[in-house]
Amino acid sequence: MILQALAFYVFAAITVASAAMVVTSRNPVYSVLFLILAFFNAAALFLLIGAEFIAMILVIVYVGAVAVLFLFVVMMLDINLTELREGFLEYFPVGALIGAVLFAELLLGVGIIGSGSTTVAALNAHGPHVAAIDNTRAIGRVLYTQYFYLFQVAGLVLLVAMIGAIVLTLRSRPGVRRQRAGEQINRTKEQAISVVKVPTRGGV
Amino acid sequence: MIVGLENWALARPELFLAAATALLLIYGVVRGEIATAFVSVATAVALLVTAALLFLPYREGTAFASLFIADRLTATMKALVLVGSAVAILMSRAYFEQAKAWRFEYPLVVALATLGMMLMISANDLMALYVGLELQSLALYVIAAFQRDSVRSTEAGVKYFVLGSVASGMLLFGSSLIYGFCGGTAFVQISGALADGRSAEIGVIIGLVFVVAGLAFKVSAVPFHMWTPDVYEGAPTPVTALFAVAPKIAAMSLLVSVLMGPFKPLFAQWQQIIVVASVFSMALGAFAALRQQNIKRLMAYSSIGNVGYVLLGVASGTEKGIQAVVFYLAIYMVMTLGVFATILMMKRRNIMVEEVSDLAGLARSQPMMAFGMLIFMFSLAGIPPLAGFWGKLYIFMAAVEAKLFVPAGLGVLASVVASYYYLRIVKVMYFDEPAEAIDRPSFGVNRVVALVAAFLIAIFSLVPQPLSLIAEAAAKGLFQ
Repeated sequence: MILQALAFYVFAAITVASAAMVVTSRNPVYSVLFLILAFFNAAALFLLIGAEFIAMILVIVYVGAVAVLFLFVVMMLDINLTELREGFLEYFPVGALIGAVLFAELLLGVGIIGSGSTTVAALNAHGPHVAAIDNTRAIGRVLYTQYFYLFQVAGLVLLVAMIGAIVLTLRSRPGVRRQRAGEQINRTKEQAISVVKVPTRGGV
Repeated sequence: MIVGLENWALARPELFLAAATALLLIYGVVRGEIATAFVSVATAVALLVTAALLFLPYREGTAFASLFIADRLTATMKALVLVGSAVAILMSRAYFEQAKAWRFEYPLVVALATLGMMLMISANDLMALYVGLELQSLALYVIAAFQRDSVRSTEAGVKYFVLGSVASGMLLFGSSLIYGFCGGTAFVQISGALADGRSAEIGVIIGLVFVVAGLAFKVSAVPFHMWTPDVYEGAPTPVTALFAVAPKIAAMSLLVSVLMGPFKPLFAQWQQIIVVASVFSMALGAFAALRQQNIKRLMAYSSIGNVGYVLLGVASGTEKGIQAVVFYLAIYMVMTLGVFATILMMKRRNIMVEEVSDLAGLARSQPMMAFGMLIFMFSLAGIPPLAGFWGKLYIFMAAVEAKLFVPAGLGVLASVVASYYYLRIVKVMYFDEPAEAIDRPSFGVNRVVALVAAFLIAIFSLVPQPLSLIAEAAAKGLFQ
């Protein structure tokens, strides 16, 4: 138990610290790397409460796709951070207000202030305990049976997304030389080599 | 027994369409651009075969763990959507060939959008509703921007995408609230939770408002109509024809099945929303279109107005009202396809034109085309005895029977105002000094579509009973 608490505090501290570094670091590439660190530690926190499926999804989707996409954007675009920082003090009150509201909502939801019948803690009491279920298996059981239909339609949505991306961006450029393996292999010696008699001092 | 054979049997039309689209996609990718003409015709045929499969044999019930429902109403609406999409695909060839955007993906993306619409219509659960809606929307964003070398088309695509995503977000937010307060996403669970007296809970009502707002965006009802004129004007004309028909019918059917199904116990709450949206849509559709010069933009406002009339039928909440909705949507589809087929024939020296003034003197240069347009415009204006008049009559009768006297009165007034701009087109065609003559339309699909549409309107005008009986049977399906 003490080990679990220790792990929780370590992961939580790293998450918060790296989240702070995302905002404060001067180099945008470092920001993204800290973001990835924050995602990993959040995934570890999910593992601690027994939600291994969300932990894996967090790593695969957020680290594997979203963070890499951010990294691409940051590296491709020449972002000048000092310019971005210019209005920082001006916007700070608004940002702080939004942050405060979100924080208050979290506290209300978890039930630290004013616990009622609709706080997360109270609602949790009705549902099954997260750590008690093998949640990957639980999802797998309904995904391909009860929600089979939705799963298939989601596949169709992805198909449309793929066709759409190709239709709207792919351009066939004329004059591009492509390798045609078939033609290369089918070439015979007669087609490829011609024997020339070179006269002396004449050249080809 | 969750994924069994009976599920597949019930969803046979959808499965057929999905399989046909996948096969044609593979064929198109292998053969390349030369396959476009074949893929386009084959997709349209597949859509029509799907429509036939709905009724041969007709089946009803729920499938896939109750996520999917099929009854008379869904079958009728799906048939309308499928025919609308098939015709829109056939109408698009000449336009896209001229715009050098004639590619085999277009009919396939339309077919996938149509599949999404079918799934929307058959949704029996908030999650099924959402995935169907997203399948439809995503495909429509792509085809709005399909003419990718045109700034206006890409602008229309981006605008539609951004605003559509906001609407999807609202819908999801509402759905999550409803899920939280009702304890389930299935329509049966929701209506069960609402029926046992907890109906007035504020969370459910807020959720309902968000869901209705999301769906109102999809049918472009006021105040969620802002995107419509820009997208309709910017998108390629055949795409606009599709937008004005198929997604409208699908989203309207979805709205009906959501409001009349799980949220029936909250009738008093949602009726106010729908009445307000309906009255404002009718008014805006009438007044904003008065000064439009671009005929596609004019049709956009006209579609907003028509959505207003349909919503009035929904607001009555009775079997008569739903019957009027189905009847109106069927006639609206025929009229709109006819108008767009005519717009697609408007060419001058082989260049597409789309201003109202370009029609000047059309009656003298192309009397047949002008006469077709005249029928469509009179019908849209609701002049008796044309089909559009019967549609409006049924709607207003249903509204009056449901004691919605003021909205029905306002609707009649709006319809009087709207007839001004429909008749203005007739005036421009018949009485204005001729502009440079419009090209003689070559014999093609568009001419056939316009002819058939005019013919159907004539038939519906003289004998509206058969269509009215079909609409009645569909409405009965909902009230069983």
